[in-house]
Formats: sequence, structure tokens, C-alpha cells
Amino acid sequence: MSIKQAFILAVKSLSASKMRSFLTMLGIIIGVASVIVLVALVDGFKQQLVDQFESMGTNLISVSIPGRGGNRGVTPDDVMEFSIENAEVIGYVSPVVNVSNLTVKNGAESVTTTAMGTNEFYPEIKGLEVEYGRFLEYVDVERRQKSCVIGTYIANELYQNAQSALGSELKINGISYTIVGVLEEVQDSEEGSGDDIVYLPYTLATGLSWNGRISSYAFSAAEKELVEEAENRIRAFLYSVFNDSNAYRILNQSAILEVVNDLTGTITMILVGIAAISLLVGGIGIMNIMLVSVTERTREIGIRKSLGATPWDIMSQFVVEAATTSSFGGFLGIALGIGAAIFAGNLMGVPAKPSFGAVAIAFSVSVGIGMIFGYFPAKKASRMNPIEALRYD
Amino acid sequence: MIELKDIYKIYSDGDSEIRALDGINLRVSEKEFVSIIGQSGSGKSTAMNIIGCLDVPTSGSYFLNGEDVSRMGEYELSDIRSRTLGFIFQQYNLIPKLSVFENVELPLIYKRMEPRERKERVERALEKVGLLDRYKKYPKQLSGGQQQRVSIARALAGDPKLILADEPTGALDSKTGIEVLEFIKQLNREDGTTIVLITHDHGIAYQADRVVKLQDGKIISDEVVAK
Repeated sequence: MSIKQAFILAVKSLSASKMRSFLTMLGIIIGVASVIVLVALVDGFKQQLVDQFESMGTNLISVSIPGRGGNRGVTPDDVMEFSIENAEVIGYVSPVVNVSNLTVKNGAESVTTTAMGTNEFYPEIKGLEVEYGRFLEYVDVERRQKSCVIGTYIANELYQNAQSALGSELKINGISYTIVGVLEEVQDSEEGSGDDIVYLPYTLATGLSWNGRISSYAFSAAEKELVEEAENRIRAFLYSVFNDSNAYRILNQSAILEVVNDLTGTITMILVGIAAISLLVGGIGIMNIMLVSVTERTREIGIRKSLGATPWDIMSQFVVEAATTSSFGGFLGIALGIGAAIFAGNLMGVPAKPSFGAVAIAFSVSVGIGMIFGYFPAKKASRMNPIEALRYD
Repeated sequence: MIELKDIYKIYSDGDSEIRALDGINLRVSEKEFVSIIGQSGSGKSTAMNIIGCLDVPTSGSYFLNGEDVSRMGEYELSDIRSRTLGFIFQQYNLIPKLSVFENVELPLIYKRMEPRERKERVERALEKVGLLDRYKKYPKQLSGGQQQRVSIARALAGDPKLILADEPTGALDSKTGIEVLEFIKQLNREDGTTIVLITHDHGIAYQADRVVKLQDGKIISDEVVAK
């Protein structure tokens, strides 16, 4: 008997008892759907993380120098000089002064936010875009001009909108700054998001921070491929200054991305592992029903054997039937999984895209499970003695 | 056609053994119509299983159409059943979820026949039993006599050299029984198919050309029926 014939026969016998076939498939449907949904959600989540990191600049190298109070140290001028000497690998550099829990005011209204002291190159390093006005410029930094650039959250909270904020005064620690620019919205303008921020010349920000120091530097490599080389040179430079590799910490974006990849990879493995268990349970369900079906159809098997069916014919009939059940369940599971992934993605705000790989793997695994779990009952059927099978009621 | 030599079929059940067939010798020539008659327990079912290549004897040799069946394995038995045999059963043994056409087609599928040829053969066989117009029906929708005619069509669709009929009229009323028997006789007369009919009913048995009586696993008489 050809596979096609066995398939037609399988469809016939499955449609003869639809409710039972559906219940048999349910395990596979749920298993396949959950694999697809979980993979899609984790992928979406990972993409979101990666996008976030990449929006911060993939060429970024952060250097933090925790203060020790010693007399050794680097000045922004030293760092600038080093960068210019290594211009073939280092694109831009900016000192970074982080001032958290800073209250800023416009008249009577105030918000608590984070201020970052930087130089004019910071947008190039971090990939910031200015929506209105401009970013800080050389003169702001060098002459310590009281200019600032704000995020959309501050603009919306303290002013009517971004446009009206431009050119207005912002009071930071009682001192008036002129808002010279408003950044593009990056994260829904929510409190604590990337839009809840004020950029100042670092030369002024040091006065606002508790220790008055520049705690870190942001570098960008000249090109993505040069990140490692740039990092090595920065390390060598810092070592020559501090003579102690514990005095500073260097972090590059691709190292962070690797960590993200590793982490989401592990999460995917765990979740898919759990989903795979339901596929296994589905397979056992199929085996169970196939065993019942073989017993119920003992007489049919006897008839077929008396008509010249070989053990192979009988076995392929039952294996194909099991595989048909599970692959049909697989199809339904894929449809359900894609639908559920998109629905859950929307609900959770994750860009869940069912991946072709997950669909292909889930489907082939479900067919495979049908064949593996169908094999044992099929083998049983093929070994039946035709005489006893014919006599069976 | 059939040659049984010293056939023994012994079922041992712990200490005791049952000699279902106790030294059978039987020759059936081509185109013969033979009945095997006996009470239940006489060994006639066992004889039918061995002649039908569903089972192999414990000892002795069985040649069917020149082939030694008694030493065959499962696959060879399937093959010889497919090539040379047709079965007609008391309970018709049609597969309920298959249509009349598909039931008749089944042995041809196991013969690995091409679909076009299968269709021709099925139609010819159904025409012969007068049920071509019912080819789309399912066994449940037919009367007992019609179902048995479908099973006859199934048995002859593959052009077997030997048809084995196991109590073919057992489940039918006497009128339809006679009709079915007429079909079987006609097959023998017109197509020259060898028929072995197994029954416990004298009236049916003596419709054949030759009657073999079995008792306790032995042949007790073998007579040619005078017409």
C-alpha cells in the first residue's frame, strides 16, 4: 500500500470519529502552540532589549572611574588628548557626570529628574536626536554657559509642550538655565524613562554632583569593527595612568549584547523545554488512542491480512494514521500559536513575531512524535495473527 | 492445485495436546469444487486456515499451485494469499468504514495494482455479482445477501486461482443462501476457479462436486457427488 493510500485511509478513519480525533490532537495542538508562542514572545522581548541597547549606540565604550581620593587621576583634557592621538580607532569621547535626584523647576512646578553632564559629542556617541533646537555646543561647555537640553518628559511636565519649552528658563538648584534643545521622544515620555532627563555642560554638572568629579567617560569606536581595538587602547591608556586595573572599569556595548543573547537563549531553552513536555504528553495521548484503535480494529486487521496485506502494509497504515493525527494537530497548533503569539504580544507590548524556525521545528517534531508514538501500536497491529484477528468480536 | 501431505496441526496446552489435524492427506485438482464438511471441533477451521495460507502446519507439507507453503514466513504467506487466494467468510467481513467499491478494491491495493486497472477490475467484479450500481454504498446500507455478494466480488476481483468459502451461507436465510451458492457454483463453472467450501451443513456441502468429511482431525470419507 502506498503512503498516499495510507494517508487517504487515515483521513477517513480520523473523520469517522471527529470528537475523539480532536481530543487526541489536543495535546499536540497545545504543545505546538505553546512552543510557537513562547519562542515568539522571548524573541520579541529579546529584540526589544537589543533595540534598546543598540539605540544607545553599538560603538559605545563606557569607562567608569570610581573615585578613590588619591592624587592620581585623569582630567578631561588628558582623555581628549588621548582620543585625538588615537583618532583612527576612537570616534568621539565625552566626560559623563551623573546627577540623580535633582529637582528642576519652572516657576512653581517642579519635577525630580536625572541630569547628565556631557560635552557636545555625546549625541554622536549615544545616538541621541534633537527634536527642537540644538544640543550643547563647544562654547556652552567651554564657557560654562547655563544651557541645557531636556527630554520630552520634562518638557511635557513643566511646559505646555516641547516647542514652548524651547528657549524657556529651567531652574536647577536655584540657578536658571536656558533650554536650548528638546530631544526626540525615545520611550513614551514616561517618568523614569529615557525621556526623563536633563543634559548640561559637564563643566557645570560637576558642581551639582555630590563629589564634584567626573565619574565616567563615554567613548565611541570609529567603527563597529574597531570596538575591541579601541577598548584595548583605552585600557592601556588607563593602566598607564593608574597602574592598577581595579581603578577603572571598561564596558562595551557588544559585551552587553552578548550577555543579553546568552540570557534570552537560556530563557528560550527553559520555556521550550517546558512546552516540549506538553508535546510529549500529546504523543503519549496519541499512542494511547492508537492502542485502543488497534484493539478495536482487530477484525479489520485480520480481514486486511487475509486479503494479502503484509505486516509492513498494516504497520504503515497505523503509523501514517498516527502521523496524520499529529501533523493535523500540528497544523491547528501552528494556527493557534501564531494567533496567540500576536495576541499575547499586543497585550504585553512585546513585538512578538512567530518565527519560521519555531513553526518548522514544532511541526516536524509533532509529525515525528506521531510516528514514534504510533510505531508501537502499529507494530502490535502488524504482528497480529490473522486467524485470531478474524475471529475477534 | 492443492496438495496436503501428512498434515499435523498440534496445539499443546501445557501437558495435554490437541491434535486439530491428525495426519491429513488431500489433493484438490484445478477447477474442482470441493466441500469440506465436519462438526465443530472436527478440524475443518484449522484445515481452512492452512489451505488459506493463514497458518502453517506443525508438520507435513502443503503445496499450493506448486509452491511449498508449509515452510513460508509471514511475508511469503501474505504474498501467496495476495496472488492466489480469495476468501468468502460467513460474516462477510467487509470493512464498515469503506464503501462497496473500496472494499472490493482492497485486495488489489495489496497486489500493488495501478489505480486504473483496479477500477476496471472492481467494476467487472461488481458487475458480475450484480451490484455495480451500489458501488458508492457502505456495507451497512446493504442487505445480508448483498453484503455477501460484495464479499464474493472482493474475493474474485484479484482473479484468484482458489476461492475459499467458510460457511458462506451461514448468516443468510435459505433463499439468499441458495442465491449466493449459485454465484459460487457459477464462478467454478464459468471461470474455472477452484473452490473449497467449508461447512457443517450437508445440504450445502453436496452442492459441490466432491465432499470430504472430517472428524477429530482425520478424513473419514472422500466421495464424488453423483449428479
